[in-house]
Amino acid sequence: MKRPARICFENVALEFPGKDGPVKVVDNVSYEIGNGEFVSIIGPSGCGKTTMMNMVAGFLQPTSGRVLVDGEPVKGPGPDRGVIFQEYGVFPWLTVRENIAFGLTLSANRKAKATRDEICNRYMKLMGLGDFADAYPKMLSGGMRQRLAIARAYAVKPQFLLMDEPFGALDAQTRAHMQDLLLQALQTEGKTVMLITHSVEEAVYMSSRIVVMTARPTRIREIIEVPFPYPRDPSLHEDPLFGQLRSRVRSLVMREYAAQARQTHETTD
Amino acid sequence: MLKRAALILVPWLAIVGLWYAIAYSGFVNEALIPKPHAVATRFWELLTQARLPLDIWMSTQRVFLGVAAGITLAVPVGFVLGWYRQIRTFIDPLINFFRALPPIALIPLVVVYFGIGEFAKVVILFYASFFAGVIVMYEGIAQISPIYVRVAKTLGASDWEIFRKVIIPLTVPHMLTALRVALGVAWATLVASELIAAQQGLGALIQNASSFFQLDIIYVGIICIGFIALAMDLAIRAVTRRLVSWQDRIA
Repeated sequence: MKRPARICFENVALEFPGKDGPVKVVDNVSYEIGNGEFVSIIGPSGCGKTTMMNMVAGFLQPTSGRVLVDGEPVKGPGPDRGVIFQEYGVFPWLTVRENIAFGLTLSANRKAKATRDEICNRYMKLMGLGDFADAYPKMLSGGMRQRLAIARAYAVKPQFLLMDEPFGALDAQTRAHMQDLLLQALQTEGKTVMLITHSVEEAVYMSSRIVVMTARPTRIREIIEVPFPYPRDPSLHEDPLFGQLRSRVRSLVMREYAAQARQTHETTD
Repeated sequence: MLKRAALILVPWLAIVGLWYAIAYSGFVNEALIPKPHAVATRFWELLTQARLPLDIWMSTQRVFLGVAAGITLAVPVGFVLGWYRQIRTFIDPLINFFRALPPIALIPLVVVYFGIGEFAKVVILFYASFFAGVIVMYEGIAQISPIYVRVAKTLGASDWEIFRKVIIPLTVPHMLTALRVALGVAWATLVASELIAAQQGLGALIQNASSFFQLDIIYVGIICIGFIALAMDLAIRAVTRRLVSWQDRIA
């Protein structure tokens, strides 16, 4: 028997209103993400990857088709789906501890002070923020802010983690460190993950499956299984099979960039 | 610390120095430029023997009432305009129309409708501080990044929780800035408001003095207005530093 899909795109299309009528961004996507999978969505920039994530997060509704989470159509955002944005979105007026506790002070997920402190301490430790409990975000580096955002999302115990270019604004070393930190956290916490990324390296290193999207209006170009078992370790980057997979994904993505460039050329002519 | 104090004092001393230089240079008729020490003496006289404390009290009270009323209205109105772009499109021209009208031009109408009592003077100050405050407020609110609201939604916040725990904290810095700007504008409008049959107040002091060509008193009045406005501004900035120490830039 087929195991039930946790996230399901059913013939999903989405149009945005444009100057000359509606612009199709997502074109008839059907796809399923199973329990505990780590799926990376990769494709040329501006293709509509983020739009797909926003439909799962509940910020956008499909024009046609359905987006289901655990069998239910998505109506709006909710604490079962943690979202990590490229621009962090940590609350500048709250300290690190207060940021993490934020979701636990809301009626949807309210916890007593002692429980809140316990949860905060756990995720501060997991994300290496222990020494900054009472600091305001203005004191933190970009990598630390993103760690804080992840800790805050984790604190409400989401089933899903939806990440939109989460490490896109970080330097290469911080980025690599964040990838390992996130993989470790997933080992202990177990989530179903959807990662939007531009980085082929990141997609191959982190995910169990990669979905390559076409240029706009975006469709699924190809689905690639990543056979490496978890836990993964940085030495994987040197593995010849890793290299092959990376080349394959890269050439697919580059082809889509080329297609996008042609489109732009045609429309500007 | 000492160096800082010196740096703050230098420009003031420079102004006094320049003032003396002009007074003694002979370029300007001596009768037209009272010397700083004469103004200081007159200040002391007015402060100890005559009306100055009452003038300061009356003016401060008017500014306080006008700004309090103006900001109380400007904060919710500015918030709504900043938050709802569609409403702003329609209301923005209206705000800019009224904002451009100099309060002094409204005085005849204010006298007709509100008489010549305290209320009429406060109305002028209310008008000035409302329009100054509302602009600052809505420009600030309009620049709040929508990401904080999105994040709060994904963490499970209800609309009311978003308002209370996200929007209010983000609004506080703009409220304080609006208050600062409104206070500045209200002090700048004070003399105009006290054109309405005022017996007391710094504006009245200046106007009476001008009828008798008492230039030193005019200087005393102007300098008092400047210093009180400065003191209030410093006080609000101190409050701002405490209240919104989380901000990247401290106002």
